[in-house]
Amino acid sequence: MHPILVIVFLPLLAAIVAGLGNRMLGNVVAKSITTGALFVSAALSWPIFISYLGHGAEATVVPVMKWVASGALTFDWALRVDALTAVMLVVITSVSALVHLYSWGYMAEDTDQPRFFAYLSLFTFAMLMLVTADNLVQMFFGWEGVGLASYLLIGFWFKKPSANAAAIKAFVVNRVGDLGFMLGIFGTFLVFQTTSIPEILAAAPAMKGVSHITFLGMRLDTMTILCLLLFVGAMGKSAQLGLHTWLPDAMEGPTPVSALIHAATMVTAGVFMVCRLSPMFEAAPVALSFVTFIGAATCLFAATVGTTQWDIKRVIAYSTCSQLGYMFFAAGVGAYGAAMFHLFTHAFFKALLFLGAGSVIHAMHHEQDMRYYGDLRKHIPITFWAMLAGTLAITGVGIAGVFGFAGFYSKDAIIEAAFASGSEFGRTAFWLGAFAALLTSFYSWRLMFLTFWGKARWADSEHIQHAVHGQHESPDEEHGDTTHANVHPHEGTAGYHPHESPWSMLVPLVLLSIGAIFAGYVFHHAFLEDPEFWNGAIAWNEHIMHAMHEVPTWVKLTATVVMLIGLGLAWLAYGRQSSLPGKTAEQLGPVYRFLYNKWYFDELYNFLFVRPAFWLGRQFWKRGDEGLIDRFGPDGAAWAVEKGAVGARLAQSGNLTTYALVMLLGLVAAISWVLV
Amino acid sequence: MEGLPILSLMLLVPMVGAAACLFSGDKAARAIALAATLINLALGIALWVNFDIGGPQWQFTERAPIFAGFSWALGIDGIALMLIVLSVFLMPICILASASIDKRVGEYMAAFLFMETLMIGVFAAQDLYLFYIFFEAGLIPMYLIIGIWGGQNRIYAAYKFFLYTLLGSVLMLIAMLWMVNEAGTTDIPTLMAYDFPVKAQTWLWLAFFASFAVKMPMWPVHTWLPDAHVQAPTAGSVILAGVLLKMGGYGFIRFSLPMFPEASSQLMWVIFALSMIAVVVTSLIALVQHDMKKLIAYSSVAHMAIVTVGLFSFNVQGLEGSMIVMLSHGLVSGALFLCVGVIYDRLHTREIDRYGGLAINMPKYALFFMLFTMASIGLPGTSGFVGEFLSLAGIYQVSSWVAFVCTTGIILGAAYMLYLYRRIAFGEQKNADAAAMPDLSWREWLMLGPIAAAVLWMGVYPESFLAPMRADIQALDARLARAAPEGDARLTINKTAPAKAAAEPAAHEGAH
Repeated sequence: MHPILVIVFLPLLAAIVAGLGNRMLGNVVAKSITTGALFVSAALSWPIFISYLGHGAEATVVPVMKWVASGALTFDWALRVDALTAVMLVVITSVSALVHLYSWGYMAEDTDQPRFFAYLSLFTFAMLMLVTADNLVQMFFGWEGVGLASYLLIGFWFKKPSANAAAIKAFVVNRVGDLGFMLGIFGTFLVFQTTSIPEILAAAPAMKGVSHITFLGMRLDTMTILCLLLFVGAMGKSAQLGLHTWLPDAMEGPTPVSALIHAATMVTAGVFMVCRLSPMFEAAPVALSFVTFIGAATCLFAATVGTTQWDIKRVIAYSTCSQLGYMFFAAGVGAYGAAMFHLFTHAFFKALLFLGAGSVIHAMHHEQDMRYYGDLRKHIPITFWAMLAGTLAITGVGIAGVFGFAGFYSKDAIIEAAFASGSEFGRTAFWLGAFAALLTSFYSWRLMFLTFWGKARWADSEHIQHAVHGQHESPDEEHGDTTHANVHPHEGTAGYHPHESPWSMLVPLVLLSIGAIFAGYVFHHAFLEDPEFWNGAIAWNEHIMHAMHEVPTWVKLTATVVMLIGLGLAWLAYGRQSSLPGKTAEQLGPVYRFLYNKWYFDELYNFLFVRPAFWLGRQFWKRGDEGLIDRFGPDGAAWAVEKGAVGARLAQSGNLTTYALVMLLGLVAAISWVLV
Repeated sequence: MEGLPILSLMLLVPMVGAAACLFSGDKAARAIALAATLINLALGIALWVNFDIGGPQWQFTERAPIFAGFSWALGIDGIALMLIVLSVFLMPICILASASIDKRVGEYMAAFLFMETLMIGVFAAQDLYLFYIFFEAGLIPMYLIIGIWGGQNRIYAAYKFFLYTLLGSVLMLIAMLWMVNEAGTTDIPTLMAYDFPVKAQTWLWLAFFASFAVKMPMWPVHTWLPDAHVQAPTAGSVILAGVLLKMGGYGFIRFSLPMFPEASSQLMWVIFALSMIAVVVTSLIALVQHDMKKLIAYSSVAHMAIVTVGLFSFNVQGLEGSMIVMLSHGLVSGALFLCVGVIYDRLHTREIDRYGGLAINMPKYALFFMLFTMASIGLPGTSGFVGEFLSLAGIYQVSSWVAFVCTTGIILGAAYMLYLYRRIAFGEQKNADAAAMPDLSWREWLMLGPIAAAVLWMGVYPESFLAPMRADIQALDARLARAAPEGDARLTINKTAPAKAAAEPAAHEGAH
């Protein structure tokens, strides 16, 4: 039996056992089963990945079962393993195993733990099905499966209205993307008469620029429209500009969920899809330009919003959105290796940052507002060092040729690739990416300074006061962005002593720190410079991968320089305890509010889609169905029959003279009709 | 099995049961009804097992002339087989779901058993008039079920149901008389291969359409459905959504398409237009409902629109997809009505806002309800996805516009179903009486469990259901080929690259 079968199906089995067993099994058993299954999967995944590093591993497909056969449209359940899958396997199983472990500590007080762990394992299964898909429909299965798990986990604390709203929003917004994905699959089947990914990729290059198709009455280049439709799906899942609104709200879910699903794995599915289908996208240059544009725009947009948020999880959420933008524009300029590399390193350091934030929230008794933090580095030192490693990794600290943290290799490679592409969109992406890197550095250090340095500002926090006064909050109440009346909290600890998290939470932090520190250094050669590692799993653009290394020195230095500027600004504004941020925010009033309110996307969509949908529904119901169809249909018929009956009764009066009159009139009428 | 008139037997068993129910006490009636439906389920399984895939198109045929060419002719192909299996599968569940019926139990059970006979008759009839009798007689027991055992406004609902469905059937009867006169036979398989003059086809098609569109139901003749569902007792809703709505689709696939291919092709835009409107309009209406049953009823209209576009896409994917949507919807909407029934029995209200937080006190119920919600949304891995995906893939080959508009249904469907689920199962426990409701009983387990298993089976391994129908769908597709419309995709691959284009013959095929 191929190990991939165990890797994929063991988490499913664990999810079913833990989910259905639930209270019968008890917390410890359910948690052990799921966590154990994930560690087994992770242990089996790494050898597969390493076998690709050592070259010589071929792509294999393990058939599982027939699925659907309808005329020419056939697709089966099968697990495909190649270099690209191998990368995703280690990311998914490793982060998932660590998140499972972390949740032992983080969810310890929760009353509903088996359900939580079952959902986590179910998610992992769906994600693994997604990355091992050999045809587009199975990819869609995984795609929707992770959507379901995400929905269930965002809404895990289902008593909270805000969590429920966020869960529905995530599902429905993703469905908008899935509309594109589905149409893309239909179109691909129409053109290639198959949904098998290898067959499509083999046939795609020949279609470049020579084929046209009509879509919604428009005559378009075939590959362009197919790739654009599929990319709409990727935009939804990866929260790209326009379809990003669900991701920040998804932070309503427990923090381990944010780390696993909304940072390391699920949201990168879109990037994975573009890389998996890269030979197809290579045949559609216009679509690639669009990918570059959307990626770069998201990268900048999310970074700008990230600089203004106070909720620690939201800052990291926007950071994720922004980093996904990097991955997309890397793919857009043809540097798929760089995109996958950033996906790989990002999984480690972003999961680390989220889990670190979870540890801070845990220590601060569910307080998530960074204005109520400060001075935590002395109280929770291990968390602090882990978060520091994550921050060094995301901001890309390093010296070329010597050593760098993970992001140093991956993000710099993306920025260089954008410049090296030489295209108009590539250059734009370079400048936007460089500016976003400055902002990345700024908001990341802002988070660090606000949380770990300065004076303690906990006194006014409601959560801390509850803790101090012994009012036990239900563990379900991890607060989102509660609006605080006082935006300038007083200094002081109110006698509260933050406590470091238990070992089950610290071990994942330490292990992920190792990843955040070394993942770039160790693997950059394989991902960025070694087509034999990929072995055809992604399109390898020799030109750009070569040109990346030939960019002028100032380009190479850009990333490091903007990182330092961002750090400097953050230190000036937040490290020195100055009043600068307040003043700046005041002076830039409208701009600040625009950013703080996330460019008003939610308000806009509410106005454009949500409210009209409900209004239209009511109109169609009350005026359409009841006012028009029923009124003139069945009710109208009934009315007519009733009135007709009244008329008929009048006619049947029994009065002989009336009858005679009617007869006479009828006779006259008949005769005149015949004569005239 | 040779020689055993199994189809007649399946018609007979419920009839005998019905007669027995009329003359027995409440308890005995329940037992008899359950026994009769279980026997029929066993016969249905025997039918499925003994159905020879790849064998003759019509199997288990029986024929006994009655008079003037009108004969007792029964026989099934794969399509009819699957719908019969669906019917006999749902019946025992309906009987179990009727535990809360306490007035005139004997008559109630008799009505249901009579209904079962008629449903099986519709799918098994091979004689045009026999079909008509079964098809129209189905009105009577359902009319009684709604009118006698329904809710407060049952009379209005029953009369609306009757008025609508009767309207179409008169026209259909006239068309049938003309057809028999023209073709000189009442044998359905013969008629399916008979080429009616193209001009006459249009009128015949419209006459059948009047009847099937109401049964389906298609917008704008759908307004009887929400009222009927709301007023019908739970089991009535299950049969209505599960089987009666499938008769319209069965009518299209058995009569309209094979008998009038040219007319179907000419008038397909009528179907497309009405279906597109239905998907969008009824989904939006479902979004604003306060009544659980009404919401699910409106969602049924939207799902049935996917069936109609799939049927009229003139290709294998569309036809097979539509059949799977019909089977899946039969299970899923039936199950959703059962889910409503479960809590209705406890609280006696369909008002969504009276519930909330049921995931706390009824976790097992919440799990089932979630599964069926996801199946209704069309999550891959459930039956809903397979059918929806194939239907939409089929229609995409005809028109990207229709596919686009109908695919928006997946967004709207997610919105109204998740919104419903949230209001019922999630949130705080606002109402003390709702919070005190006990979780599923073993009887309710028996109702929901088998459907859940079937939904997952059909989602993961639909081959079991597709295989018996494959040959019939192919035969239909071949018959329709001459009238099949050209798709709007008009895929071209530039001839300046002949070598490359030749390497991609499959793509060429797609262009035609």
